[in-house]
Amino acid sequence: MDGAVNAAAWAFDALLVLTLLWLAWRVLMGPDLFKSIVFFIAFGLVMALAWVRLRAPDVALAEAAIGAGLTGALFLAALSRLAAGERIANAKRPVENSDTGKSTRPHRGVRMVFIAMSALFFGGLAAALLSLPAEAPGLTIQVAENLSTSGVSNPVTAVLLNFRGYDTLLEMGVLFLAVVAAWSLTPAPKEPVSPPGIVLASFVRVLSPMLLLAAGYLLWAGTHAPGGAFQAGSVLAAAAVLLLLSGKDMKANWPEWPLRVVLGLGLGVFIAIGLVMMLIGHRFLEYPLDYAGDLILLIEVAATLSIGVTLAALFLGGRPQRDERK
Amino acid sequence: MMLSQMITIVLLLAGAAFFLAGTLGLLRFPDVYTRLHALTKADNVGLGLVAAGLAIQAETWAAMGKMALIWLLVLLASATGAHLVARGALRRGIPPWTAR
Repeated sequence: MDGAVNAAAWAFDALLVLTLLWLAWRVLMGPDLFKSIVFFIAFGLVMALAWVRLRAPDVALAEAAIGAGLTGALFLAALSRLAAGERIANAKRPVENSDTGKSTRPHRGVRMVFIAMSALFFGGLAAALLSLPAEAPGLTIQVAENLSTSGVSNPVTAVLLNFRGYDTLLEMGVLFLAVVAAWSLTPAPKEPVSPPGIVLASFVRVLSPMLLLAAGYLLWAGTHAPGGAFQAGSVLAAAAVLLLLSGKDMKANWPEWPLRVVLGLGLGVFIAIGLVMMLIGHRFLEYPLDYAGDLILLIEVAATLSIGVTLAALFLGGRPQRDERK
Repeated sequence: MMLSQMITIVLLLAGAAFFLAGTLGLLRFPDVYTRLHALTKADNVGLGLVAAGLAIQAETWAAMGKMALIWLLVLLASATGAHLVARGALRRGIPPWTAR
């Protein structure tokens, strides 16, 4: 019986890996960008399944929500803006590589150089991977030993917000910079006025409170179970994207300065807490034992709000335009 | 083998059969509307059967409720998605397939 279960698990894993490779190939090699995005979303979902098989539910949640869901939505939004500008140019683009395809393809020699460089890079990575010891416990033991000092009982949250708080702080910085860059480049496109229809509107009306609830739960659960700021923030962003898609004009309803405050909130609270810790005699981002749990929760609440609004702002694709109707 | 296990196995197999039929329909049906029909109808019932089969094995009422909730949410989402795809296809002027 055990043997049969093991064989089934092995077969499932093999199928998973082969599916991932095939999807990755279709994402990269397809000439049709829309199809590539659909394959990319499917890739993200299968990847989330792979993370579940590797017993990393935190990463699986993040992969499904951010990798498949929101990145997919961002790609589709980018594609629709590309299409708006290049509809005429793309209208006659053939699906197969024929004479018009050649003009965008780099020269054969250039491609050979790229292929050689990629092969070299892949070889180096493979060599590095093979040179690792087969049984590497990593820092699991140290994390387990120090978990009681972190203020939370989920080891992933302990690492992200306490032991390696720097990494998460810098990630928040990257997200913030991404919005700053997007806002500097271009104003948000004027939404095409297409009424969402009663079905989508009522679906969003039913779903968005549930998404808010799920985001709150993920945030709260993060201290002791899989979940946390990034997962909660991306669910929040998903709710915002759905609202935007169903025609809720948030640019008109949300004045500019609260939006900017919430965008910077996660990074700001994170840095502020770090600095306060330095003022009272600790090191940067070193939390006193008694308050560690509360401080982590405070940072996560701020980070969740920021991540949600940041991802939604990226989906908008530019700085909100001042409402002319005032 | 207990009765509940047998019921679960029957429900899971029936669910799998619906998924298979839905996939076949997706691959073999002639246009976007009929494919949507195959996908949403079959997957909704298929997922319902799978969820029901697993709910029988659930250890707590909460777990059972979660399975029911998952099924209901997927019903809602797939019905909405199917509607949106069909509406988009109609607006682009793709004519529904008719038997010649």
